[in-house]
Order: sequence, then C-alpha cells, then structure tokens
Amino acid sequence: MASANESGPAPESPTAKILAVTELCKCYGETVAVDRITFQVGRGEIVGLLGPNGAGKTSTINMILGVLAPDSGSIRIEGLDLAAHRSRALERTNFAAVYAPLPGNLTVSQNLRIFGLIYGVEDLTERIAASLEQFDLVRFRDVRCGALSSGEQTRVSLAKAMLNSPRLLLLDEPTASLDPAAARDIRAGIRESATQGGRGVLWTSHNMYEAEAVCDRVLFLFRGKILLEGGPQALLEEHGMATLEELFIAVAREPLTLEGR
Amino acid sequence: MLRGRPMAAIALRYFYLLRGSPARVVPLFAWVCIDIVLWGFMSRYLNSVAAAGFNFIPALLGAVLLWDFLIRIMQGVTMAFMEDVWSRNFLNVFASPLSVSEYLGGLVLSSIATSAVGLLVMLLLATTVFGLSFFAYGVALAQFLLTLFLFGIALGVFACAVVLRLGPAAEWFIWPIPALISPFAGVFYPLSTLPGWMRLFSHLLPPAYVFEGVRRVVSGGAVSTAALTWAASLAGIYLVLACWFFARVYRHAVRTGLIARYSAESLS
Repeated sequence: MASANESGPAPESPTAKILAVTELCKCYGETVAVDRITFQVGRGEIVGLLGPNGAGKTSTINMILGVLAPDSGSIRIEGLDLAAHRSRALERTNFAAVYAPLPGNLTVSQNLRIFGLIYGVEDLTERIAASLEQFDLVRFRDVRCGALSSGEQTRVSLAKAMLNSPRLLLLDEPTASLDPAAARDIRAGIRESATQGGRGVLWTSHNMYEAEAVCDRVLFLFRGKILLEGGPQALLEEHGMATLEELFIAVAREPLTLEGR
Repeated sequence: MLRGRPMAAIALRYFYLLRGSPARVVPLFAWVCIDIVLWGFMSRYLNSVAAAGFNFIPALLGAVLLWDFLIRIMQGVTMAFMEDVWSRNFLNVFASPLSVSEYLGGLVLSSIATSAVGLLVMLLLATTVFGLSFFAYGVALAQFLLTLFLFGIALGVFACAVVLRLGPAAEWFIWPIPALISPFAGVFYPLSTLPGWMRLFSHLLPPAYVFEGVRRVVSGGAVSTAALTWAASLAGIYLVLACWFFARVYRHAVRTGLIARYSAESLS
C-alpha cells in the first residue's frame, strides 16, 4: 500500500521501459535473497524470470508489487519511482499468482467489482463483462470463488490481473493449475495483449517449454543473481543446449560453470 | 489525498459478505439486544428497590447502550480487517494502489454502517420496551457519541495493528480489549468508587468522561463542556496515535516481508 500523498507528473516517454529494475538487493538476516540485480521489461515484451526454488524470483516480484521493501536499488514503472509514487505506479500494474487467490467467500463478479474499484477502473461494469467473457467465466459470475476448481480460480485471478489493462503485468506461474488447452489459450491471450496493447509482462514459470514458447527474453536467477540473460534461442545456441529445460538444469546444478560465460 | 472509490471498495466488500451470510448479520444486533434486555430489567428492578427520585433507566441502561455502541464501533473496524486475514487476502489488497489511509478509511466506513445497525436496534428496544429517552441527555448526547465513536475507531485500528504485527492468532488478544477497559471507564459506577491508582488510568480514558457526564445529566447537574471537549480531544489524539502505530507496523511488515508471507505469522 502507498502513502496517500503523492504528487508530481508521471515522467512518461514513448521510449521509456515499462519496468526498470536497478541494482535491487534484499537480504533476510544473513541470507541474500536478491543480489544487486538489474533488468528491464520493454513495451510489448514478455520477459521470463526463471530459476530454481529459492532463487529469488518471488522476492523480486514482491518488491515490484510493493509488498516487500528492497534494502537498496530502485524500481521504476513507466518511469515512476515505486518508492516515491507507489499508488500511481501500482495503478499501472497488476498481478496473478497461484499463492494469491481471490477471497473464496465472494463471488467472481463481486471480487472483480471490488478490485476494479480499488484499481480505479473506468466503465467497470462493461470491463467486468468483457473480462468474464475473455476468461470464459460468464457461467461462474455468481459463484463464490472458493467453490471453483483451482484452474477456474486461476482464470479469475487472471481476469482480475487484466481488469485495469495494466501496463506492467506480473505473472507468477500463471498456468500452473490449468489444463494444457486452457494454458495454451491463456498464453496466446497474454501474448496477444502484450503485442497489441504494448504491455510489458514479467512471467515466472517452472515450465521451460512454456517459457521457450512465450518469452521474448529470459533471465536465469540463481541465489539472487542473474546468471544468464537473453532470447531463448540465442541462449540455447550460446550454451550448446537443445532445450531451455536442459539449460535450466545446468544452471541449477552447475551455476559456476555458466557464471563465467 | 484520500480517494473515495478505493475506500468504498473496502466497505462494499464487507456489505457483500454481510448480504450473503446470516452468521455475520445476526451478531450485529443479537448481543446488543441481549445486553439491553438484561440491563433493562436490571434497571427496572433497581428502580423498584432504590429510593424514589433516581431513575436507573437513563443512568444504567443508557450507559450500557453507549458502551455497546463503542464496542460495536471497535469491532466494526476489526471485523472488516479480520475478513482479509481469514481469507488470506493481504497480498491482493496490499499489492494494489490502495494507500494505508484509504484502507483504514474503508474499514471505518464498514464500521459506521455495521455499528449504525446495532445502535438503531438498541435504541428501538431501549425506547419501546424500557422507555429510555435519549432526549434526557440533551445536547451533550452528540458529544458523548462523538467521543465514543472516535475512541472506538482508535481501539479498532490499534487492534488491527496488533494482529498485523503478531499474526492471525493474536485476534484472541483484541476481542477482550473493551472488557479490560470497562472497569476503568466507570460504565456502571462513578469514578469516585475506584481506588486512587485506578482513577489515574480512568482520567486517560475518554469514555470515563462520557459516563461521568451521563450520571451528572441524569442526576440533574450540568455537564462540563470543558471535560467533554477534553475527552473528545483525547479520543482524537488516540486515533492519530493508533493510525501512526498501524502505519509503523505496516512498514515493518513490508520491510521484513511479513505481508507477503503473513500465514507464517513470524519470519524470525
């Protein structure tokens, strides 16, 4: 949440990155969770944040969402410094994560209305109707979210994440609970919205085939550091690997051999 | 600047929950009804055995009604907050553009709506069954209600901060807070009944001035405007301190990562 007293113009420019993370650092006691990482997400770009469990992916996303304060470094969303203009930066952002389902004691449409109001969505009733249509949730509009299957709940979270047409979309394993057909449709929808809407997407996944298919660029995180960064194909060629999964396993098992490359 | 729509969203969320759940609606008036009935008959009985000339209905039943109003205000804030705790909704709420003050504003709006229900039911019951008239308190009634409202909100915000800091299990610390305060507030007896050390604490509690004022009005005396103004000011100071405490606890939770991993209760 943000300080209510925020002012000053949004320093937007057509060439500015949607997300610019600079020298971001977070420690929990002696444990370094995120170690001076720097990266950007451009307009219309989907960036994969990959890495083994405990690599620092969720800590990074939490810092971009403003629910975890970095020890040092900066986060700018469409040029707005998150630390100084938190409400305005987060109005342009949204997220979906498997570990953050919407309240199960409210219906799908109630949840969307509440978060639509919080995010300041204009023409909310029409937006909700469009989101229900887009994510095939029309028949569930008056069903409590807790009564939905995990895949349906994931679609509700995605509908909420797209409700404010965010400039920056953060997705933490968004297709983990979806069947292959639904996952493919969701991937295609997000791909299309990034390309046509000029949206920047930061996507974490343990499904390397998905990352290879969807991401324009991937970042491999290991122990809080970015070990590798580049387009999926370029990285595979550079490291002589056939698939992103092989590369992932190599990063997880032998990070030191890759660190120097 | 506080924005109305995000605050309305928090209140609307609670309205949706109430609309779909009798288990949430009934407590809004059930316990206060029991209190009014119990203390209404108690007041009648005391009127019948005590010396003529003193009416216990406005003195005792009226005080119970005002005390229940304060409790409803406090619980209105904490219940709306606990809904986010119980539904594990912190990440969705706190990762949104909502500001701390807007979130607290939404909790207060929820509390105003729910406590108004309790107050209306209590007034209806106390007036129609036991003949309590709030007109007996005169213009001081507005100051009584304002002071109790501000202090109830302050207690509610403080309680939310305690739960945010200590985790979901800490809700058992916050529900008895009014019961802990009531002996010092002099709801049922004059402060002169208390020993000196307890009266020291009473002077720090805004409700103590309200209930002294109630007894003074009922016994035909004049209420000290200065005392009631001080009580309202004191309640306002507590409200500011409670909001400051909540903001401080929130910043700690963001710094340590507790917001994102709230179900862990502690990260140490």
